[in-house]
Amino acid sequence: METYAAEAAKQAPGYQPSGERGAALYSKRFGVSEKMPACTACHTETPDQAGRHAVTGKAIKPLGPRAEAARFTDAAKTEKWFRRNCSEVVGRECSAAEKADFILFLTEGK
Amino acid sequence: MRHILIPFFSAAILALPAHADRLPVPAGAPPAFAAECGSCHLPFPPALLTAPDWKRVMASLDKHYGDNASLDEKTRRELEDFLVRHAATDRRKAGAGDPPRLTESAWFRREHREVPQAVWRDARVKSAANCAACHPRAEAGSYSEREIVVPGLGKHK
Ligand code: HEC
Ligand code: HEC
Ligand code: HEC
Repeated sequence: METYAAEAAKQAPGYQPSGERGAALYSKRFGVSEKMPACTACHTETPDQAGRHAVTGKAIKPLGPRAEAARFTDAAKTEKWFRRNCSEVVGRECSAAEKADFILFLTEGK
Repeated sequence: MRHILIPFFSAAILALPAHADRLPVPAGAPPAFAAECGSCHLPFPPALLTAPDWKRVMASLDKHYGDNASLDEKTRRELEDFLVRHAATDRRKAGAGDPPRLTESAWFRREHREVPQAVWRDARVKSAANCAACHPRAEAGSYSEREIVVPGLGKHK
């Protein structure tokens, strides 16, 4: 998360990660994809709860590190899924600022 | 106890053609197989599609049944080789669709001909590819009839 926050601060001086913005991103209905309108479509409304893939039905471990300690400990994995899921749900890649906000929300809440 | 029963069950399996209730992912699978191909759905057993099918699946990961499952070229190659090496040779396991689906093969349809249509649309099932919805030990490669529990219908026979 520090890496994303540092990158965001470089792009926009004065940037501070915000759990509130992270929460908004988490639950926003982008509606780009009919089957995956929001992050919550697979990760549920509450990130500390186990999720379920909206298309395949497969169980997904909680995204919140309070419930699933391995979250955000493997930078390459985290980055890969941000790339995949943001493209799918938001219709573009997420910015470094959005990623830092998102992780702060999942780690500490709003 | 399990070990004592195995010879008994093997005999039963030999007596019934086209009976396969063990479909494990072969030992020696590259770690990337479970990590990559087992993240959005369970890692499907390579023996459920033919080699040409797997090549088509692996050649179009960016357009993967409405999803994007792209990999770096090295991993993609490694997984394609693994899948092709353990692919089905039985033509009834040829998939259909683009990319091909193993849930559309003649073999899959035959094994599931008794499953009522409405069950496939049940919200708890979502998709025929969600093997674990009805085969609770699918992740361990076990599809034994005795274990089957169909949502809405309960334990199989
Ligand atoms: C179609 C289902 C789906 C949707 C929608 C979805 N995800 Fe995911 N996400 C997954 C799956 C599957 C994984 C990987 C499985 C796992 O790690 O348990 C995952 C993992 C992640 C990870 C990796 C976390 C880590 O380090 O372990 C991040 C970050 C993530 N998702 C962010 C998002 C964001 C942001 C959105 C919304 C813009 C989103 N996801 C929407 C299915 C989804
Ligand atoms: C980003 C998520 C994701 C990843 C990663 C992924 N898949 Fe899929 N896969 C899907 C979705 C979504 C479907 C469509 C499921 C459905 O329609 O029920 C699917 C379907 C399939 C099917 C067809 C199942 C059927 O209906 O018969 C095969 C075969 C398959 N995937 C193989 C793979 C292989 C091999 C890999 C690893 C290289 C892989 N998948 C990685 C999301 C993914
Ligand atoms: C909606 C529930 C459901 C889903 C989803 C499902 N199956 Fe089945 N499956 C069944 C039922 C019920 C039977 C037994 C049918 C019969 O007795 O005719 C069966 C039988 C089988 C058998 C034969 C078992 C034996 O002992 O002969 C295999 C192998 C199998 N399924 C594999 C799969 C695979 C692989 C998937 C996922 C790609 C899958 N199934 C998805 C319900 C399901």
